[in-house]
Amino acid sequence: MKKNKLLNAISLVLLITTVGLTVSCRKDLKPVPEQQESLLPPDPSAQVKGFYIVNEGNMNMNKASLDYLDYTTGIYRRNIYNEVNPEIVKGLGDVGNDIGVYGSKLYVVVNVSNKIEVLDVKTGKRIKQINITNCRYITFNQGKAYVSAYLGTVGDPNAPLGIVAQIDTGSLTEIKRVNVGRQPEEMAIVGQKLYVANSGGYSPQKYERTVSVIDLNTFSVTKQIDVAINLHRLKADKYGDLYVTSRGNYFDIPSKMFVIDTKTDQVKKTFNIAVNNLAIDGDVAYYYGSEWNYNEAKYTITYGMLNVKDEVILNQKFITDGTEKSITIPYGIAVHPITREVLVTDAKNYVSPGTLYCFDPSGKKKWSVTTGDIPAHFAFVYK
Amino acid sequence: MKRSKNAFTGVKSIFFTFLAIIWLGMFMAVQSFAQTDSIKRNTTDSVNKVNQLKEVQIRKIKITKRQTSSTPLQILSGAELEKLNSLSVADAVRFFSGVQLKDYGGIGGLKTINVRSMGTNHTAVFYDGVQLGNAQNGQVDLGKFSLDNIEEIELYNGQKSSIFQSAKGFASASSLYLTSKQPDFPAGRTQKIRASVKGGSFGLINPSLLWQSKISKNVYSTLSAEYKNANGKYKFRSTNGVYDTTAVRKDGDIETMRLELGLNGVLPDSSKWKVKLYGYKDNQGLPGAVVNNVFAFSQRMWNKNFFAQSSYEKNVGKYSLLATAKYANDNQRYLNPDIVTVDGLQENNFHLQEIYVSLANKFKITNYWDVVLSTDYQRNDLNADLYRFSYPVRNTILTALATQFRFAKFDIQANLLSTLKYDKTQSGPADENRNELTPTVMLSWQPFNQKEFRLRSFYKSIFRMPTFNDLYYTNYGFTVLKPEYTKQYDLGFTYIKGYEGRILSQFSIQADAYYNKVKNKIVAVPGNSQARWSMQNLGLVEIKGIDVNIQSAWQLTDYINFTTGLTYTYQKAIDADKTSASYKDLIPYTPIHSGSFLASAAYRNFSMNYSFIYTGERYNQSTNNVYNYVQPWYTHDLALHCNTKINSREIRLTAEINNLLNQDYEVITNFPMPGRYYRFGLTYNY
Repeated sequence: MKKNKLLNAISLVLLITTVGLTVSCRKDLKPVPEQQESLLPPDPSAQVKGFYIVNEGNMNMNKASLDYLDYTTGIYRRNIYNEVNPEIVKGLGDVGNDIGVYGSKLYVVVNVSNKIEVLDVKTGKRIKQINITNCRYITFNQGKAYVSAYLGTVGDPNAPLGIVAQIDTGSLTEIKRVNVGRQPEEMAIVGQKLYVANSGGYSPQKYERTVSVIDLNTFSVTKQIDVAINLHRLKADKYGDLYVTSRGNYFDIPSKMFVIDTKTDQVKKTFNIAVNNLAIDGDVAYYYGSEWNYNEAKYTITYGMLNVKDEVILNQKFITDGTEKSITIPYGIAVHPITREVLVTDAKNYVSPGTLYCFDPSGKKKWSVTTGDIPAHFAFVYK
Repeated sequence: MKRSKNAFTGVKSIFFTFLAIIWLGMFMAVQSFAQTDSIKRNTTDSVNKVNQLKEVQIRKIKITKRQTSSTPLQILSGAELEKLNSLSVADAVRFFSGVQLKDYGGIGGLKTINVRSMGTNHTAVFYDGVQLGNAQNGQVDLGKFSLDNIEEIELYNGQKSSIFQSAKGFASASSLYLTSKQPDFPAGRTQKIRASVKGGSFGLINPSLLWQSKISKNVYSTLSAEYKNANGKYKFRSTNGVYDTTAVRKDGDIETMRLELGLNGVLPDSSKWKVKLYGYKDNQGLPGAVVNNVFAFSQRMWNKNFFAQSSYEKNVGKYSLLATAKYANDNQRYLNPDIVTVDGLQENNFHLQEIYVSLANKFKITNYWDVVLSTDYQRNDLNADLYRFSYPVRNTILTALATQFRFAKFDIQANLLSTLKYDKTQSGPADENRNELTPTVMLSWQPFNQKEFRLRSFYKSIFRMPTFNDLYYTNYGFTVLKPEYTKQYDLGFTYIKGYEGRILSQFSIQADAYYNKVKNKIVAVPGNSQARWSMQNLGLVEIKGIDVNIQSAWQLTDYINFTTGLTYTYQKAIDADKTSASYKDLIPYTPIHSGSFLASAAYRNFSMNYSFIYTGERYNQSTNNVYNYVQPWYTHDLALHCNTKINSREIRLTAEINNLLNQDYEVITNFPMPGRYYRFGLTYNY
């Protein structure tokens, strides 16, 4: 009798445990899948084959991802890295910060993961990983890639300077590096000179104010051009001028944009406008900016166009149909080199998939598509 | 890093079968053991007598506050707490229903509690009746509170079901009460010492001492000291089914020291007083998010916390008074060698102070009607060596007017809380002054003649003020922030039944359905780059859920008793902001299904405890897509305890295996949790 009751009790416990275990099973693990959608009519003869976008992904989430719009098939491919490279531990990494195509290779700078991923531009298959701690941006010249990085040495209290590293695009190894200012950001190459914008972002009490000039023949810093505090963007136009943005101090010094003449290496013009990002195509720079508004306690966003030949702000807008109202935070911008379509990304709240918009030259929205988290940087593919 | 491949699913199913067999085997063994033992029953010793006495108590059901509380109450106390595989308060609260513990992993990782998905900042934590505050970020790291000195943990949804309390007691959406061990002397004793040492995985060494003494007839002292050292190392595995990596988490080392002194006494007019001094110091590594190419971290943190609190309670006829005062001083140093500034490695020092006084008055108007008026004043200030820091000071005055009607079958409590808040800064704008008035109504009803069944319900409207970090974190544009409001509706029942002479000696259940709304949720929104965010009142969250709690006690034979506890939560916490990109999606880290199961068997001097915790699938970001999906996790823990005596002094030996099946899981994405780990303990009572 007693034994029966005991067995009943045991079976009850077993039942509860078994039920608990069976409802709780986990799904089989699989590499993060790619998603595809048909976005445009196929254009097999397209001169520009397509473009890559690197989505930064929010910090600590390890969600940097790579999307590709293929103009020849009209298909938008989301998150292509993981299915092509499933064996790479934790994938593309944390915070994709820049992207570039050079020759047959695609370079992705992944900031928090301290690396540059070198991929086959056609397949997205990894060729090599180049480690550079806290790397930021990449640019190319005569078989070399140049990468800016926030710190030359990590953990040395006496080494606050950043570097620019020179990488051989054949052997894919770092050849040498040179100290620049603190926390260097974007770079541009004009002739045999590399210009890099220093921010000094780690020391708000003492931001950097300079653009460092590196002579590519000797790979040494030859000059520091005094511009303004906390520099970020640096783009070259076809007239030998550089457009450099200053982020200000977010307090009493506003954001501005400066023009540097590379013949004299001096600031020749100042635009009192906030520019977060810009893309220069031919004679026109397309930009957007956001400025903190204390009265409304929010950011106000502006979009604009600028003639780089005459260095004047244009009356034209590259969004004319009111779509800007649905863009929360413009985060990346590029101009299609043939069609002159303007591509703008919306990073939304940084923790949601973003949106990529395409505007035709008249400023009307042509199409839009959902991207990864924080779509930010573009690289066009020509062959 | 080493790579290995594993047929994960196969192993899993084998293990489940194995586990079931172990269960069966264990009980069979215990049962036969019991039978052979019954011959020797004449040699009953004093331990058995105690056990028999306990049986009698168990069989007579006692209606406790668990049943009568008009707000859902969950308790872990005394023996129950000792049996759990828990080192800190954080480990123990995982067994409550409706609770998600945000655990960043390992022994030193941050552990905060999120009750009914309203957010960490909505749960107030009280230590011996006084709130543990953190004006800087509004969160209490429960991993820092050792269970060594804790007698009881209570979790109330809403608030404590008692109106005679400080105004702070009315001021949060849910409250966690930690009560330290109170002095208690058997006749003829004036000293009690308990020494204990724990050790095990993560290089843990954790000695502690509790010394209670009766200084005079009416004054008792308690001294509690604890040291903890762990290298925090553990293996974790990361895999997507193709790559499969095992690495060692090695930056989570921690060293802590805690010293607590308590004095309490009774004055000749039978009023009671209490004084407590608390000192805590730690030095720990801060393991970060494990992402591609980054498996090691160099950040460190040092904390020094001190508080002194005192309370006085007196009854004069129909009037009762409770006065409380506290001073707290917290220092934190943070070092980040990954960032080199012009002044060297990035280092920040924070200094937080709090002064708190409270006076609660109760008038017993009639036998069934009480009125309480409580007033609290609190001053917080934060000092930090951040560039352009604003040095905020916050003054808060809380006044609560509460009333309670008690009838034989019906109990109603209602209160109105007024909050006045004034912020001042030395530079930059300060948050607006706030004046908020919030109500709570609570009912408990026994609909039938039997005391076993009760219905309960509450409505509570409350808010949390933006913290110093929300408002004054340097370098960010200052935003005017409204408080984050919550509204809670709850309806539930409790039922308890005792059975005489049956195997099932007691059964109890409590279940609640609830609907919560969080408005003006304070969220970080983007500035113009990833490094610049600003705080705004944006979100609206709706939470619907059911919490169920079932407990049972079984008397299998005269020597074997068995208890089980089952909790289950069904919950949908959705983004209800129509303008949000993730409208109607589940908010991050809120599973639909979660629960726990506890079973413990006691046989003579031995007891065995099994616990199972389950957290269902959820998402790590606001959009519910495949890229944000997080796997469910579930862990099985086992503990074996043995109580014995040497020279009539009690000795307790404990062995624990945690995460028995060595499941690889993450509570927070990219913060891997430990696999299987062990802990051993020895406690000596003098």
